[in-house]
Amino acid sequence: MENIKSIIEALILASEAPLVLEKICAVLPETGKTLIKEAVGELIEEYKERQGGIYLQEVAGGLQFRTRPELGDWVKKLKSTKPASLSPAALETLAIVAYRQPIVKTEIESIRGVDVGYQLKGLLEKKLVRIVGRKDVPGKPIIYGTTKRFLEVFNLKDLSGLPTLRELKELHEQQEPIEDYSST
Amino acid sequence: MNEEHTTDYAIKLDIFEGPLDLLLYLIKKNEIDIYNIPVALVTEQYLQYLKMIKSLNLDLAGEYLVMASTLIHIKSKMLLPEPEEPEEEEEEDPRAELVRQLLEYQAFKEAATNLGERPILERDVFTRTAFLPEETEKSTATEEELIEVSIFELIEAFHRLVSRIDKKELLEIDLEKMSLTDIINGIMERLANEKNLTFDELLGERKERWRIIYTFLALLELVKLRMVKAYQTSAFGVIRIFPAVES
Repeated sequence: MENIKSIIEALILASEAPLVLEKICAVLPETGKTLIKEAVGELIEEYKERQGGIYLQEVAGGLQFRTRPELGDWVKKLKSTKPASLSPAALETLAIVAYRQPIVKTEIESIRGVDVGYQLKGLLEKKLVRIVGRKDVPGKPIIYGTTKRFLEVFNLKDLSGLPTLRELKELHEQQEPIEDYSST
Repeated sequence: MNEEHTTDYAIKLDIFEGPLDLLLYLIKKNEIDIYNIPVALVTEQYLQYLKMIKSLNLDLAGEYLVMASTLIHIKSKMLLPEPEEPEEEEEEDPRAELVRQLLEYQAFKEAATNLGERPILERDVFTRTAFLPEETEKSTATEEELIEVSIFELIEAFHRLVSRIDKKELLEIDLEKMSLTDIINGIMERLANEKNLTFDELLGERKERWRIIYTFLALLELVKLRMVKAYQTSAFGVIRIFPAVES
Protein backbone atom coordinates (compact mmCIF):
# COMPACT_ATOMS: atom_id res chain seq x y z
CA MET A 1 0.00 0.00 0.00
CA GLU A 2 2.77 2.42 0.91
CA ASN A 3 4.38 1.70 -2.39
CA ILE A 4 1.23 2.34 -4.38
CA LYS A 5 0.73 5.63 -2.62
CA SER A 6 4.24 6.74 -3.53
CA ILE A 7 3.72 5.76 -7.15
CA ILE A 8 0.45 7.69 -7.34
CA GLU A 9 2.08 10.71 -5.71
CA ALA A 10 4.84 10.62 -8.31
CA LEU A 11 2.37 10.28 -11.16
CA ILE A 12 0.36 13.28 -10.01
CA LEU A 13 3.46 15.43 -9.73
CA ALA A 14 4.72 14.37 -13.15
CA SER A 15 1.40 14.98 -14.86
CA GLU A 16 0.86 18.27 -16.65
CA ALA A 17 -2.91 18.30 -16.49
CA PRO A 18 -5.00 17.11 -13.55
CA LEU A 19 -4.42 13.34 -13.46
CA VAL A 20 -7.54 11.25 -13.91
CA LEU A 21 -8.07 8.00 -12.05
CA GLU A 22 -8.18 6.00 -15.27
CA LYS A 23 -4.63 7.00 -16.08
CA ILE A 24 -3.42 5.86 -12.67
CA CYS A 25 -5.23 2.57 -13.21
CA ALA A 26 -3.55 2.21 -16.59
CA VAL A 27 -0.12 2.58 -14.97
CA LEU A 28 -1.02 0.16 -12.18
CA PRO A 29 -3.01 -2.54 -13.96
CA GLU A 30 -2.33 -5.08 -11.21
CA THR A 31 -3.91 -2.91 -8.54
CA GLY A 32 -7.64 -2.78 -8.09
CA LYS A 33 -9.49 0.45 -8.62
CA THR A 34 -10.85 0.51 -5.08
CA LEU A 35 -7.36 0.15 -3.67
CA ILE A 36 -6.13 3.02 -5.83
CA LYS A 37 -9.06 5.17 -4.76
CA GLU A 38 -8.26 4.35 -1.17
CA ALA A 39 -4.63 5.33 -1.64
CA VAL A 40 -5.65 8.60 -3.30
CA GLY A 41 -7.96 9.35 -0.38
CA GLU A 42 -5.14 8.71 2.08
CA LEU A 43 -2.79 10.94 0.09
CA ILE A 44 -5.30 13.78 0.11
CA GLU A 45 -5.67 13.37 3.88
CA GLU A 46 -1.92 13.29 4.43
CA TYR A 47 -1.44 16.56 2.59
CA LYS A 48 -4.33 18.07 4.49
CA GLU A 49 -2.85 17.02 7.84
CA ARG A 50 0.60 18.20 6.93
CA GLN A 51 -0.61 21.79 6.47
CA GLY A 52 2.31 22.50 4.19
CA GLY A 53 2.67 24.74 1.19
CA ILE A 54 0.92 22.43 -1.22
CA TYR A 55 -2.16 20.28 -1.10
CA LEU A 56 -3.75 17.66 -3.29
CA GLN A 57 -6.89 18.94 -4.98
CA GLU A 58 -9.49 17.05 -6.95
CA VAL A 59 -10.01 19.33 -9.91
CA ALA A 60 -11.76 18.94 -13.27
CA GLY A 61 -12.19 15.22 -12.65
CA GLY A 62 -8.52 14.66 -11.88
CA LEU A 63 -5.88 15.14 -9.21
CA GLN A 64 -3.47 18.02 -9.04
CA PHE A 65 -1.03 19.48 -6.56
CA ARG A 66 -1.79 23.10 -5.89
CA THR A 67 -0.32 25.73 -3.62
CA ARG A 68 -2.38 26.48 -0.54
CA PRO A 69 -4.82 29.37 -1.19
CA GLU A 70 -3.61 31.25 1.90
CA LEU A 71 -0.15 31.44 0.37
CA GLY A 72 -1.36 33.02 -2.86
CA ASP A 73 0.10 36.42 -2.08
CA TRP A 74 3.57 34.94 -1.68
CA VAL A 75 3.49 32.92 -4.85
CA LYS A 76 2.23 35.94 -6.75
CA LYS A 77 5.41 37.78 -5.80
CA LEU A 78 7.36 35.11 -7.59
CA LYS A 79 5.22 35.24 -10.70
CA SER A 80 5.09 38.22 -12.95
CA THR A 81 1.86 37.23 -14.65
CA LYS A 82 -1.32 38.92 -13.58
CA PRO A 83 -4.41 36.77 -13.62
CA ALA A 84 -7.14 37.98 -15.93
CA SER A 85 -9.81 39.17 -13.53
CA LEU A 86 -13.50 38.90 -14.24
CA SER A 87 -15.91 41.80 -13.83
CA PRO A 88 -19.04 41.30 -11.71
CA ALA A 89 -21.06 41.25 -14.94
CA ALA A 90 -18.84 38.52 -16.39
CA LEU A 91 -19.02 36.52 -13.16
CA GLU A 92 -22.82 36.76 -13.10
CA THR A 93 -23.00 35.56 -16.68
CA LEU A 94 -20.57 32.76 -15.96
CA ALA A 95 -22.54 31.70 -12.88
CA ILE A 96 -25.75 31.51 -14.88
CA VAL A 97 -24.09 29.42 -17.58
CA ALA A 98 -22.52 27.16 -14.95
CA TYR A 99 -25.76 26.47 -13.10
CA ARG A 100 -28.17 26.44 -16.02
CA GLN A 101 -26.16 24.83 -18.80
CA PRO A 102 -26.88 23.98 -21.53
CA ILE A 103 -28.31 27.46 -22.00
CA VAL A 104 -28.91 29.92 -24.84
CA LYS A 105 -28.13 33.63 -24.76
CA THR A 106 -31.74 34.82 -24.45
CA GLU A 107 -32.22 32.64 -21.38
CA ILE A 108 -29.18 34.20 -19.72
CA GLU A 109 -30.47 37.63 -20.64
CA SER A 110 -33.90 36.99 -19.17
CA ILE A 111 -32.25 36.15 -15.84
CA ARG A 112 -29.80 39.06 -15.83
CA GLY A 113 -32.24 41.52 -17.34
CA VAL A 114 -29.57 42.94 -19.63
CA ASP A 115 -27.69 42.09 -22.81
CA VAL A 116 -24.90 39.56 -22.27
CA GLY A 117 -23.33 39.41 -25.73
CA TYR A 118 -20.18 41.21 -24.67
CA GLN A 119 -19.76 39.10 -21.53
CA LEU A 120 -20.24 35.85 -23.41
CA LYS A 121 -17.62 36.85 -25.94
CA GLY A 122 -15.12 37.54 -23.17
CA LEU A 123 -15.87 34.24 -21.45
CA LEU A 124 -15.49 32.36 -24.73
CA GLU A 125 -12.12 34.04 -25.30
CA LYS A 126 -11.00 33.12 -21.80
CA LYS A 127 -12.08 29.56 -22.59
CA LEU A 128 -14.30 29.42 -19.51
CA VAL A 129 -17.39 28.97 -21.65
CA ARG A 130 -17.78 27.01 -24.85
CA ILE A 131 -20.33 26.52 -27.57
CA VAL A 132 -22.01 23.18 -27.00
CA GLY A 133 -24.24 23.20 -30.04
CA ARG A 134 -27.28 24.81 -31.52
CA LYS A 135 -30.81 24.56 -30.21
CA ASP A 136 -33.31 23.03 -32.58
CA VAL A 137 -35.72 25.96 -32.56
CA PRO A 138 -36.26 28.73 -35.12
CA GLY A 139 -33.10 30.77 -35.47
CA LYS A 140 -30.97 27.86 -34.21
CA PRO A 141 -29.56 29.80 -31.26
CA ILE A 142 -26.15 28.81 -29.92
CA ILE A 143 -26.11 26.72 -26.76
CA TYR A 144 -23.44 27.51 -24.19
CA GLY A 145 -21.82 25.47 -21.46
CA THR A 146 -18.77 25.68 -19.22
CA THR A 147 -15.40 24.16 -20.07
CA LYS A 148 -12.95 21.92 -18.28
CA ARG A 149 -10.85 25.03 -17.94
CA PHE A 150 -13.67 26.57 -15.90
CA LEU A 151 -13.38 23.72 -13.38
CA GLU A 152 -9.60 24.13 -13.28
CA VAL A 153 -9.71 27.88 -12.77
CA PHE A 154 -12.37 27.74 -10.06
CA ASN A 155 -10.83 24.83 -8.18
CA LEU A 156 -13.82 22.56 -8.79
CA LYS A 157 -13.82 18.77 -8.93
CA ASP A 158 -16.90 18.76 -11.16
CA LEU A 159 -20.06 20.79 -11.69
CA SER A 160 -21.76 19.13 -8.74
CA GLY A 161 -19.10 20.82 -6.61
CA LEU A 162 -20.87 24.13 -7.16
CA PRO A 163 -22.76 25.22 -4.05
CA THR A 164 -26.54 25.00 -4.40
CA LEU A 165 -28.38 28.19 -5.18
CA ARG A 166 -29.74 29.21 -1.80
CA GLU A 167 -32.50 31.61 -2.71
CA LEU A 168 -33.82 29.42 -5.47
CA LYS A 169 -34.10 26.51 -3.10
CA GLU A 170 -36.01 28.68 -0.65
CA LEU A 171 -38.28 29.85 -3.41
CA HIS A 172 -39.09 26.31 -4.40
CA GLU A 173 -39.79 25.37 -0.82
CA GLN A 174 -42.20 28.28 -0.56
CA GLN A 175 -44.00 27.40 -3.72
CA GLU A 176 -44.29 23.69 -3.37
CA PRO A 177 -44.88 22.84 0.26
CA ILE A 178 -47.86 20.66 -0.55
CA GLU A 179 -45.94 18.53 -3.01
CA ASP A 180 -43.21 18.13 -0.44
CA TYR A 181 -45.62 16.73 2.11
CA SER A 182 -47.20 14.35 -0.33
CA SER A 183 -43.86 12.93 -1.37
CA THR A 184 -42.74 12.07 2.17
CA MET B 1 -35.66 65.56 -4.77
CA ASN B 2 -33.06 67.37 -2.72
CA GLU B 3 -29.36 67.70 -3.39
CA GLU B 4 -28.31 65.23 -0.75
CA HIS B 5 -30.20 62.47 -2.49
CA THR B 6 -28.76 63.48 -5.79
CA THR B 7 -25.19 62.84 -4.73
CA ASP B 8 -26.20 59.61 -3.08
CA TYR B 9 -27.62 58.33 -6.36
CA ALA B 10 -24.71 59.57 -8.38
CA ILE B 11 -22.25 57.53 -6.38
CA LYS B 12 -24.27 54.39 -6.74
CA LEU B 13 -24.93 54.65 -10.45
CA ASP B 14 -22.14 52.67 -11.96
CA ILE B 15 -22.43 49.68 -9.67
CA PHE B 16 -25.73 48.50 -11.06
CA GLU B 17 -25.55 45.59 -13.41
CA GLY B 18 -29.03 46.24 -14.77
CA PRO B 19 -32.62 47.05 -13.83
CA LEU B 20 -32.97 43.96 -11.61
CA ASP B 21 -29.84 44.89 -9.74
CA LEU B 22 -31.15 48.41 -9.22
CA LEU B 23 -34.46 47.06 -7.94
CA LEU B 24 -32.70 44.71 -5.53
CA TYR B 25 -30.69 47.64 -4.26
CA LEU B 26 -33.84 49.68 -3.66
CA ILE B 27 -35.47 46.77 -1.85
CA LYS B 28 -32.46 46.32 0.39
CA LYS B 29 -32.08 50.05 0.99
CA ASN B 30 -35.70 50.42 2.06
CA GLU B 31 -35.62 47.17 4.03
CA ILE B 32 -38.56 45.88 2.07
CA ASP B 33 -39.92 42.34 2.23
CA ILE B 34 -39.27 41.00 -1.23
CA TYR B 35 -42.53 39.01 -1.15
CA ASN B 36 -44.51 42.12 -0.38
CA ILE B 37 -43.04 44.96 -2.41
CA PRO B 38 -44.75 48.34 -2.03
CA VAL B 39 -44.84 48.92 -5.77
CA ALA B 40 -45.75 52.60 -5.58
CA LEU B 41 -42.73 53.44 -3.45
CA VAL B 42 -40.29 51.34 -5.43
CA THR B 43 -41.57 52.64 -8.75
CA GLU B 44 -41.16 56.20 -7.61
CA GLN B 45 -37.59 55.65 -6.48
CA TYR B 46 -36.77 53.65 -9.57
CA LEU B 47 -37.95 56.46 -11.82
CA GLN B 48 -35.91 58.94 -9.81
CA TYR B 49 -32.84 56.91 -10.60
CA LEU B 50 -33.65 56.88 -14.29
CA LYS B 51 -34.02 60.67 -14.24
CA MET B 52 -30.67 60.87 -12.54
CA ILE B 53 -28.99 58.71 -15.15
CA LYS B 54 -30.48 60.87 -17.89
CA SER B 55 -29.46 64.13 -16.22
CA LEU B 56 -25.90 62.85 -16.11
CA ASN B 57 -26.11 62.18 -19.83
CA LEU B 58 -25.22 58.56 -19.32
CA ASP B 59 -26.42 56.00 -21.77
CA LEU B 60 -29.60 54.54 -20.48
CA ALA B 61 -29.90 50.95 -21.52
CA GLY B 62 -33.28 50.14 -23.01
CA GLU B 63 -33.74 47.41 -20.43
CA TYR B 64 -34.13 50.04 -17.70
CA LEU B 65 -37.06 51.57 -19.55
CA VAL B 66 -38.71 48.20 -20.06
CA MET B 67 -38.53 47.61 -16.33
CA ALA B 68 -39.96 51.08 -15.67
CA SER B 69 -42.99 50.29 -17.78
CA THR B 70 -43.36 46.90 -16.07
CA LEU B 71 -43.34 48.59 -12.68
CA ILE B 72 -45.91 51.16 -13.74
CA HIS B 73 -48.07 48.41 -15.19
CA ILE B 74 -47.98 46.45 -11.94
CA LYS B 75 -48.70 49.60 -9.96
CA SER B 76 -51.78 50.41 -12.04
CA LYS B 77 -53.02 46.83 -11.76
CA MET B 78 -52.77 47.00 -8.02
CA LEU B 79 -54.69 50.25 -7.91
CA LEU B 80 -57.66 48.68 -9.64
CA PRO B 81 -60.48 47.87 -7.25
CA GLU B 82 -61.10 44.20 -6.55
CA PRO B 83 -63.83 42.80 -8.76
CA GLU B 84 -67.11 42.71 -6.83
CA GLU B 85 -67.99 39.25 -7.96
CA PRO B 86 -65.14 36.99 -7.00
CA GLU B 87 -63.92 35.19 -10.06
CA GLU B 88 -63.59 31.45 -10.10
CA GLU B 89 -59.88 31.48 -10.44
CA GLU B 90 -58.04 33.41 -7.82
CA GLU B 91 -56.20 36.24 -9.53
CA GLU B 92 -52.46 36.03 -9.18
CA ASP B 93 -50.66 38.84 -7.42
CA PRO B 94 -49.49 41.14 -10.24
CA ARG B 95 -46.10 41.28 -8.52
CA ALA B 96 -45.56 37.52 -8.57
CA GLU B 97 -43.62 37.36 -11.84
CA LEU B 98 -41.38 40.26 -10.85
CA VAL B 99 -40.68 38.68 -7.46
CA ARG B 100 -39.76 35.42 -9.14
CA GLN B 101 -37.40 37.27 -11.47
CA LEU B 102 -35.84 39.21 -8.62
CA LEU B 103 -35.28 36.11 -6.50
CA GLU B 104 -33.76 34.27 -9.42
CA TYR B 105 -31.46 37.14 -10.22
CA GLN B 106 -30.52 37.53 -6.58
CA ALA B 107 -29.62 33.85 -6.41
CA PHE B 108 -27.26 34.13 -9.35
CA LYS B 109 -25.79 37.36 -8.10
CA GLU B 110 -24.94 35.52 -4.92
CA ALA B 111 -23.62 32.54 -6.87
CA ALA B 112 -21.39 34.90 -8.85
CA THR B 113 -19.99 36.35 -5.64
CA ASN B 114 -19.35 32.85 -4.36
CA LEU B 115 -17.54 31.96 -7.56
CA GLY B 116 -15.36 35.02 -7.28
CA GLU B 117 -14.45 34.09 -3.72
CA ARG B 118 -13.31 30.59 -4.60
CA PRO B 119 -9.59 29.85 -4.69
CA ILE B 120 -8.94 30.91 -8.26
CA LEU B 121 -6.13 29.49 -10.34
CA GLU B 122 -3.26 31.94 -10.86
CA ARG B 123 -4.78 34.27 -8.29
CA ASP B 124 -4.95 32.22 -5.09
CA VAL B 125 -3.74 28.79 -6.04
CA PHE B 126 -0.95 27.83 -8.37
CA THR B 127 0.06 24.63 -10.03
CA ARG B 128 3.49 23.34 -10.85
CA THR B 129 3.27 24.84 -14.30
CA ALA B 130 6.60 25.78 -15.64
CA PHE B 131 7.87 23.45 -18.24
CA LEU B 132 10.29 24.70 -20.83
CA PRO B 133 8.90 24.94 -24.32
CA GLU B 134 11.44 22.31 -25.36
CA GLU B 135 9.72 19.81 -23.16
CA THR B 136 6.27 20.65 -24.37
CA GLU B 137 4.25 17.61 -25.24
CA LYS B 138 2.96 17.73 -28.74
CA SER B 139 -0.57 17.04 -27.62
CA THR B 140 -0.58 19.97 -25.23
CA ALA B 141 1.15 22.31 -27.63
CA THR B 142 -2.01 22.79 -29.64
CA GLU B 143 -4.05 23.68 -26.56
CA GLU B 144 -1.69 26.37 -25.44
CA GLU B 145 -1.91 29.90 -26.52
CA LEU B 146 0.27 30.06 -29.57
CA ILE B 147 1.90 33.14 -30.92
CA GLU B 148 2.16 33.35 -34.66
CA VAL B 149 5.78 33.59 -35.71
CA SER B 150 7.04 36.17 -38.15
CA ILE B 151 9.56 35.57 -40.87
CA PHE B 152 12.14 37.38 -38.76
CA GLU B 153 11.82 34.94 -35.95
CA LEU B 154 12.20 32.08 -38.40
CA ILE B 155 15.39 33.65 -39.68
CA GLU B 156 16.67 34.07 -36.16
CA ALA B 157 15.96 30.43 -35.40
CA PHE B 158 17.76 29.47 -38.55
CA HIS B 159 20.73 31.55 -37.53
CA ARG B 160 20.89 29.89 -34.12
CA LEU B 161 20.83 26.49 -35.72
CA VAL B 162 23.54 27.23 -38.23
CA SER B 163 25.79 28.67 -35.58
CA ARG B 164 25.43 25.42 -33.66
CA ILE B 165 26.77 23.08 -36.34
CA ASP B 166 30.33 21.96 -36.38
CA LYS B 167 32.65 24.40 -38.12
CA LYS B 168 34.50 21.57 -39.88
CA GLU B 169 31.43 20.66 -41.82
CA LEU B 170 31.47 24.03 -43.48
CA LEU B 171 34.24 22.87 -45.72
CA GLU B 172 32.44 19.83 -47.02
CA ILE B 173 31.03 20.06 -50.48
CA ASP B 174 28.26 17.63 -51.12
CA LEU B 175 27.39 17.15 -54.72
CA GLU B 176 24.39 15.03 -54.06
CA LYS B 177 21.77 17.70 -54.42
CA MET B 178 18.09 17.56 -53.72
CA SER B 179 15.52 19.83 -55.22
CA LEU B 180 13.55 22.27 -53.12
CA THR B 181 10.39 20.57 -54.31
CA ASP B 182 11.54 17.29 -52.83
CA ILE B 183 12.14 18.91 -49.49
CA ILE B 184 8.80 20.72 -49.59
CA ASN B 185 6.99 17.50 -50.38
CA GLY B 186 8.89 15.78 -47.61
CA ILE B 187 7.87 18.41 -45.08
CA MET B 188 4.21 18.31 -46.08
CA GLU B 189 4.20 14.54 -45.92
CA ARG B 190 5.66 14.51 -42.44
CA LEU B 191 3.31 17.23 -41.25
CA ALA B 192 0.35 15.23 -42.47
CA ASN B 193 1.46 12.35 -40.27
CA GLU B 194 2.75 14.18 -37.25
CA LYS B 195 0.47 17.24 -37.06
CA ASN B 196 3.26 19.57 -36.01
CA LEU B 197 7.02 19.61 -36.01
CA THR B 198 9.82 21.83 -34.82
CA PHE B 199 12.55 22.96 -37.15
CA ASP B 200 14.89 20.64 -35.32
CA GLU B 201 12.61 17.68 -35.80
CA LEU B 202 12.26 18.47 -39.47
CA LEU B 203 16.00 18.11 -39.89
CA GLY B 204 16.34 15.00 -37.78
CA GLU B 205 19.90 13.83 -37.24
CA ARG B 206 21.11 14.95 -40.63
CA LYS B 207 22.24 18.44 -39.92
CA GLU B 208 24.39 19.10 -42.93
CA ARG B 209 24.60 22.72 -43.86
CA TRP B 210 22.96 22.31 -47.25
CA ARG B 211 20.07 20.41 -45.71
CA ILE B 212 19.50 23.12 -43.14
CA ILE B 213 19.50 25.76 -45.82
CA TYR B 214 17.21 23.80 -48.10
CA THR B 215 14.80 23.01 -45.28
CA PHE B 216 14.80 26.63 -44.27
CA LEU B 217 14.16 27.81 -47.81
CA ALA B 218 11.40 25.24 -48.14
CA LEU B 219 9.81 26.55 -44.95
CA LEU B 220 9.96 30.14 -46.12
CA GLU B 221 8.33 29.08 -49.32
CA LEU B 222 5.63 27.13 -47.50
CA VAL B 223 4.89 30.02 -45.15
CA LYS B 224 4.67 32.35 -48.12
CA LEU B 225 2.29 30.00 -49.88
CA ARG B 226 0.31 29.73 -46.64
CA MET B 227 0.59 25.98 -46.70
CA VAL B 228 2.04 25.89 -43.21
CA LYS B 229 1.83 28.09 -40.16
CA ALA B 230 4.60 28.72 -37.69
CA TYR B 231 3.84 29.23 -34.02
CA GLN B 232 5.72 29.48 -30.78
CA THR B 233 4.43 29.34 -27.23
CA SER B 234 6.52 32.23 -25.99
CA ALA B 235 9.02 34.76 -27.22
CA PHE B 236 12.24 32.91 -28.12
CA GLY B 237 10.41 29.63 -27.61
CA VAL B 238 10.68 26.70 -29.93
CA ILE B 239 8.97 27.35 -33.24
CA ARG B 240 6.49 24.73 -34.30
CA ILE B 241 5.34 24.23 -37.83
CA PHE B 242 1.67 23.32 -38.35
CA PRO B 243 -0.07 22.44 -41.59
CA ALA B 244 -2.22 25.41 -42.52
CA VAL B 245 -5.25 23.28 -43.34
CA GLU B 246 -6.02 20.56 -40.87
CA SER B 247 -6.68 17.39 -42.75
